[in-house]
Amino acid sequence: MNIGSVKDLKELREQWTANLGKQKMRILVCAGTGCVANGSLKIYEAIKNQLESHNVFIPVELLYEDEATDRILPPVPVGMVKSGCHGFCEMGPLVRLEPSGVLYTKVQPEDVAGLVEVLISGREPLQHKLYSHPVTGETYALEREIPFYKYQTRNALGNCGKIDPEDIREAITHGAYQGLGQALTGLTPEEVCGEMAKSGLRGRGGGGFATGFKWEATRVADNPEKYVVCNGDEVDPGAFMDRSVMEGDPHKVIEGMAIAGYAVGADQGYIYVRAEYPLAVQRLRTAIQEARKFGLLGKNILGSGFCFDIKIKEGAGAFVCGEETALLASIQGERGMPRPKPPFPAQSGLWGKPTLINNVETFANVPAIIINGSGWFKRQGTEKSPGTKTFALTGQVANTGLIEVPMGITLREIVFEIGGGIRNGKKFKAVQIGGPSGGCLTREHLDMKLDFDSLVSAGAMIGSGGLVVMDEDTCVVEVARFFMNFTQNESCGKCVPCREGTKRMLEILQRAVDGEGRPGDPDDLEELALAVKDGSLCGLGKTAPNPILSMFKYFKDEYMAHIIEKKCPAGVCNALATYTIDAALCKGCGKCGRTCPVQAITGVVKKPYVIDPAKCIKCGACIAICPFKAIREGK
Amino acid sequence: MNTLSVDHQTVAIKNEKSLLELIRNMGIELPTFCYNSELSIYGACRMCVVEIEGRGIVASCSTPPAPGMKIFTNSPRVQRVRKTVLELLLANHDRECTTCEKSGHCKLQELAERFGVRKIRYGERDLKLPLDTSGKSLVRDPNKCILCGDCVRMCWEVQGIGVLNFSNRGSKVQVGPAFNKNLAEVDCVNCGQCSAICPTGAIVVKSEIDAAWTALHDPTKLVVVQVAPAVRVALGEEFGLPAGEIVTGKVVAALKKLGFDKVFDTCVSADLTVLEETHELVERLENPADLPLFTSCCPAWVKYAEHNEPEFLKHLSTCRSPQQMFGSLVKKYWAKEMGKKPEDIFTVSIMPCTAKKFEITRPEFTTDGIPDVDLVLTTQELARMIRESGLLFHQLEAASFDTPFGFTSGAGVIFGASGGVAEAALRAAYEMISGKVLEQVNFEEVRGFQGLKEAAVNLDGNEIKVAVVHGLGNAKKLIGKIKTGKSFYHFVEVMACPGGCIGGAGQPVAVEKAVKEARAKGIYHADILSQLRKSQDNPIIAKLYEKWLEQPNSHEAHATMHTKYITRGRITGEDIQLLTSKHQQKLDVAVCVGTCCYLKGSYDTLQELMRRADQAGIGDQINLHATFCLEGCSQSPSVRINEEIVGGVSPEQVDSVFTSKILNRSQR
Amino acid sequence: MDTDILTEEPQAMIPRRRFEKVNEIIERNGKLQAVLIPILQEVQAEYRYLPEEILTYIAMVLNLSPATVYGVATFYAQFSLEPKGKYVIKICDGTACHVRGSDPVKDAIRKRVGLKEGCPTTTDLKYTVETISCLGACGLAPVIMINEKIYGQMTPQAINIIIDKLETEEGDAK
Ligand SMILES: Cc1cc2nc3c(=O)[nH]c(=O)nc-3n(C[C@H](O)[C@H](O)[C@H](O)COP(=O)(O)O)c2cc1C
Ligand code: SF4
Ligand code: SF4
Ligand code: SF4
Ligand code: SF4
Ligand code: SF4
Ligand code: SF4
Ligand code: SF4
Ligand code: SF4
Ligand code: FES
Ligand code: FES
Ligand code: FES
Ligand code: FES
Repeated sequence: MNIGSVKDLKELREQWTANLGKQKMRILVCAGTGCVANGSLKIYEAIKNQLESHNVFIPVELLYEDEATDRILPPVPVGMVKSGCHGFCEMGPLVRLEPSGVLYTKVQPEDVAGLVEVLISGREPLQHKLYSHPVTGETYALEREIPFYKYQTRNALGNCGKIDPEDIREAITHGAYQGLGQALTGLTPEEVCGEMAKSGLRGRGGGGFATGFKWEATRVADNPEKYVVCNGDEVDPGAFMDRSVMEGDPHKVIEGMAIAGYAVGADQGYIYVRAEYPLAVQRLRTAIQEARKFGLLGKNILGSGFCFDIKIKEGAGAFVCGEETALLASIQGERGMPRPKPPFPAQSGLWGKPTLINNVETFANVPAIIINGSGWFKRQGTEKSPGTKTFALTGQVANTGLIEVPMGITLREIVFEIGGGIRNGKKFKAVQIGGPSGGCLTREHLDMKLDFDSLVSAGAMIGSGGLVVMDEDTCVVEVARFFMNFTQNESCGKCVPCREGTKRMLEILQRAVDGEGRPGDPDDLEELALAVKDGSLCGLGKTAPNPILSMFKYFKDEYMAHIIEKKCPAGVCNALATYTIDAALCKGCGKCGRTCPVQAITGVVKKPYVIDPAKCIKCGACIAICPFKAIREGK
Repeated sequence: MNTLSVDHQTVAIKNEKSLLELIRNMGIELPTFCYNSELSIYGACRMCVVEIEGRGIVASCSTPPAPGMKIFTNSPRVQRVRKTVLELLLANHDRECTTCEKSGHCKLQELAERFGVRKIRYGERDLKLPLDTSGKSLVRDPNKCILCGDCVRMCWEVQGIGVLNFSNRGSKVQVGPAFNKNLAEVDCVNCGQCSAICPTGAIVVKSEIDAAWTALHDPTKLVVVQVAPAVRVALGEEFGLPAGEIVTGKVVAALKKLGFDKVFDTCVSADLTVLEETHELVERLENPADLPLFTSCCPAWVKYAEHNEPEFLKHLSTCRSPQQMFGSLVKKYWAKEMGKKPEDIFTVSIMPCTAKKFEITRPEFTTDGIPDVDLVLTTQELARMIRESGLLFHQLEAASFDTPFGFTSGAGVIFGASGGVAEAALRAAYEMISGKVLEQVNFEEVRGFQGLKEAAVNLDGNEIKVAVVHGLGNAKKLIGKIKTGKSFYHFVEVMACPGGCIGGAGQPVAVEKAVKEARAKGIYHADILSQLRKSQDNPIIAKLYEKWLEQPNSHEAHATMHTKYITRGRITGEDIQLLTSKHQQKLDVAVCVGTCCYLKGSYDTLQELMRRADQAGIGDQINLHATFCLEGCSQSPSVRINEEIVGGVSPEQVDSVFTSKILNRSQR
Repeated sequence: MDTDILTEEPQAMIPRRRFEKVNEIIERNGKLQAVLIPILQEVQAEYRYLPEEILTYIAMVLNLSPATVYGVATFYAQFSLEPKGKYVIKICDGTACHVRGSDPVKDAIRKRVGLKEGCPTTTDLKYTVETISCLGACGLAPVIMINEKIYGQMTPQAINIIIDKLETEEGDAK
């Protein structure tokens, strides 16, 4: 069915909304990657079976058809939807009820009968399946009241978890393609770029580059052939917001890209999705097909004469392909090696043609800006970084998950309100923000307002928005080593500072955690880090030293302890551990001596045994075996 | 104002494409590894960094100048990056300068010295990769590669071949042929341009100096040497003389002092080539199907054509290259005159060229196992021998070539520059066809460094159209145009090296184009200085015909001065096994899916064969595989049945071939 | 799908079927460099690795130098020039998984399937174990993926249960 005009779109939306309204209740089972992994599809089937047996299930499919009006509906028709990710994957599988807003967590097949039972009888929700705060122990029935959700403002993620991402009609009833319609009929391309500029939207892919400026630069580039590319590579480990948007609300991305296509004068778009996201690829494929079917992609969209179509390109496993020029090379079927800029993609991108490249979340913000106006957007967040930003909150916090908050929120609110504080009663130590290219924020930053610029001045960066919370048991030197290992593996190997420099920085950090640090290491490491930061060709290398520099800035003594005293203050680095037998506790049973793989423990039966530290390889076997807990690990 | 400042000095921006260009024009020699004016911008080595106020560190090679920039070329940050880059590169490098082929010409060595890197604080190279000594011309040592990518871009952008590329990523990146193959196993044409541009000793010319000394020291051998035209305008550079200075007399003197018994001039055989080739052209003019005629004096181009253009091989002149004509002259004729057996004469050539090292090993150029040319030394190798022997080159008294192969025309000399062969041929063709004397011998249109040069000569109303290309990438483009009928020429000169042989990979290292330009100037100057300007006027040539070769393109000349070409697979690789027979008496059937055959539909041939085999129920008796080239490309699609290669097996032909060659040999 | 080729057809037919498949893949995608990566992805899905001769063939058909194709095939982590196991176990070692203990999980898996130091694949070509940077299911850290299926909140103990299950399924299939 081809939707021929904006008016048709509106009528359809109204009709579908009215029809869908016949459901008195709606059950949304999360079918995001996380919940699917936890078995949510089985839950969906089970609930559906239960509803059918109670004869209250009403297939959504029916409601879109006009005949549905003539059908005799059950007294309380219940609809069911497989939704995208709600962001609270750790609590999955999630089941959400509408209109009540009740959220069930960790639903298991055996819970389903009871769940449906209370639903139909209208009794109080099942207490033990509701969310209970891991720190306070308080239980919440309604999703919006759970602290994890309460402090969020969900725009880009607005529909994620609320609609069936595989059904374009669901999206349309939630306003999809309304922004595209408005742009096509009410604004010139120049005006669209102008709105983007006025909104102050900055790229969500990490750099925070002004989106309107980029659009305008592509628009004015003189070439009949142009492209729009969506960067869905989301390579930052520990980040999954783009994935959630692509899986949970793909039409928002498609709509954003189509608006961009109109604004810059492109008729072909590409979405580059990383290979590790098969579900996102599948959802996007379905969404594109459906959009084409309704004439929302393709020729003469909404009767405006504007043509735009989208192809999906799957990545093949390379972090560096998140970098825009590498990504373009990869789309062209080449090795994903970045190239120097200028020329910028806006001047010479895919196959040398002007190309607009934006992040998934950036595109997802576009429709709402067109619908609500740039002023609406600008009012949220901070002056220089308006709007909301998604973050993936992970690590040692009570509540992990995907959140969307206004820019300018403090770290404290994120970690302690939304995240519910540190797990297991440990102390907060730092937050690693921006993944391997970012840096740490420590206690002193807890009340800093987070936005693009404040983070850069703190020596970190927003990156794609990964927030890994670290508690007192985390060794920052080990974390720096971990990130350096990552960047050195993922470096494309083109330019010298990054290819060789990351390898040598890793070498030095490895020495530190192995207890082989040398006195000259700190100076060499810092000098190398600064040279690599300055000298590298692309953002990967330029930001690779950030975790080290950040470590030098905030945790230098911890690093020096590794080098000089050969100690790991956090007690993490195995090689720096020392094992001793407490003579007072040792009963001389000799078990440890027999267990030690390198015969480091000697002694005479019934007398205290001793460990020869020179021989000990720190395997920990003796600790595990000693029946009297006489062996200690010190770090 | 359209100005910027560099180290507090205000400079106007002209039309420089990059800061590097602008700053170098000011006389500040910014260091680089991966920048080369003839190649695309790569921006990887980060040696060329400068600091721009407000923007920080940028690579000058890939940053265009903009008004108002405040640039610093030696700030502490700049110095830190440069030194770190050098130190990092050296840490991962097999540092064996004292025994390295490249020592003294190595950019890495030079810059490490220039920036005073005295200590390497990081670990050693942990990966020891094997050397590739398989080729006749080059040796690759990946342990010395700094991954600047110059060779990769050279082989692809200039030569259009793409033998070398990167593999892996991160600190595991390597540069080399596909699947870590050796150069001898792939379609490398031995042009050596990769080695010429390599800033380190990672690709070097295979040295034959030891073999040369052995021959010189062998009292039983008469050691004869020929000197190619381009050598005489470049060798001086190795001894501090300006590029392009003609040092012919000194070269001859040096060779004599080194102990060569006879010193001859390759230009003589170049003159001979002109006559043979021009005659061939004139004959072919009769039959337009044989046109255009391509030159064949560049062995890298010949090998390229054998790999890539099997259908064009019949358009290549059958003339041997001047080097090989010379070898024939010496070993087949002059030897007799001297009363020597060919094996008692050892012929050496001094060449600007690495491909010539390969050429002498081609079986066509050996007679009864004895090569016509025994050894090729490059200009650089000769320089090294001169240094080794302690000769003070610039002080040498000029000497003259020996007779009988010591007198040449200017036409023979210009062979050394791109366009020279064409010009020499035009000088001959004009007189041959029109019977008139050519007064104005210069054909400026075919000189210079443009990728494609064209000229037309009017011969009494008949126009002869000539094209000249250098760099095989340009040749590839031109052939494309000829194939699609977009262009037509009678005569096409192809030289693999940019600028022709003066830019050969055996010449002294010449990174700047200006050096090559000076050499070309030297070549054309030598032409003007010659008493005779046309090959056909060279009295020695007349004598050669009189004494030995009868006349151009005679039967005799054909036997010794001409050659044949073979087709070579472009792609080598394991076969794809499709059916494996366990039968005792199996039939081995290989269908070629190499480039030519595939384009002619060999995939369908293969399908058809499989279908027929199934139909006949003999699938289990056939060992069927797809192979990448049976080297029968000119009659593609090719199929090999046991040992026999059958050409022209188009899908339609399968039926008859199957019945006649396969079915009757099977068990049913 | 792989298994039915293995069971239904005599050995000799396998390469042939696959070669036809390669051609099909190329025909479907086209012959431009822009589709090189999709072609390699599909071929790898078919063979579980990229055999040299097939890469050479692809280079030939796409009119690319084999070195270019080799360069691309060795750049991306997804591609393997060595045969991979029937079960490819990817252990996420992204930040979120790392801080929640992906290392012990990895050690447990390698030990369980009996992998030797430095080898990614078991000698019987049954298991390939690799690490990967993030599977995007960080909320369930630590996460592993076996073929296409994701398993969250892994522990060294859970590994054994999962692999036991794989082994029984395997046994049933036989
Ligand atoms: C190493 C590296 C990795 C990157 N990864 C991503 C990524 O995963 N997703 C993304 O959208 N942008 C990524 N970027 C940023 C992109 O290069 C580019 O700036 C961005 O896609 C532009 O979109 P935006 O303006 O909407 O942010 C990365 C940059 C670098 C240097
Ligand atoms: S900085 Fe690293 S990733 Fe970027 S081009 Fe250089 S080597 Fe490649
Ligand atoms: S830690 Fe391991 S090596 Fe050290 S003493 Fe105990 S058992 Fe022996
Ligand atoms: S196992 Fe414990 S108690 Fe027994 S000898 Fe060792 S340290 Fe002493
Ligand atoms: S390549 Fe250069 S630096 Fe390396 S060993 Fe040879 S001369 Fe020395
Ligand atoms: S420069 Fe120094 S290290 Fe090199 S050869 Fe001379 S003395 Fe030895
Ligand atoms: S010698 Fe020529 S063809 Fe061979 S690899 Fe080098 S540049 Fe390429
Ligand atoms: S071989 Fe030479 S030219 Fe090629 S990448 Fe290595 S150092 Fe550069
Ligand atoms: S152009 Fe000259 S130097 Fe270069 S390969 Fe050909 S013959 Fe040799
Ligand atoms: S996948 Fe269900 S909440 Fe994320
Ligand atoms: S010369 Fe500029 S980066 Fe290599
Ligand atoms: S391609 Fe050379 S014989 Fe087939
Ligand atoms: S870090 Fe493991 S799934 Fe993201």
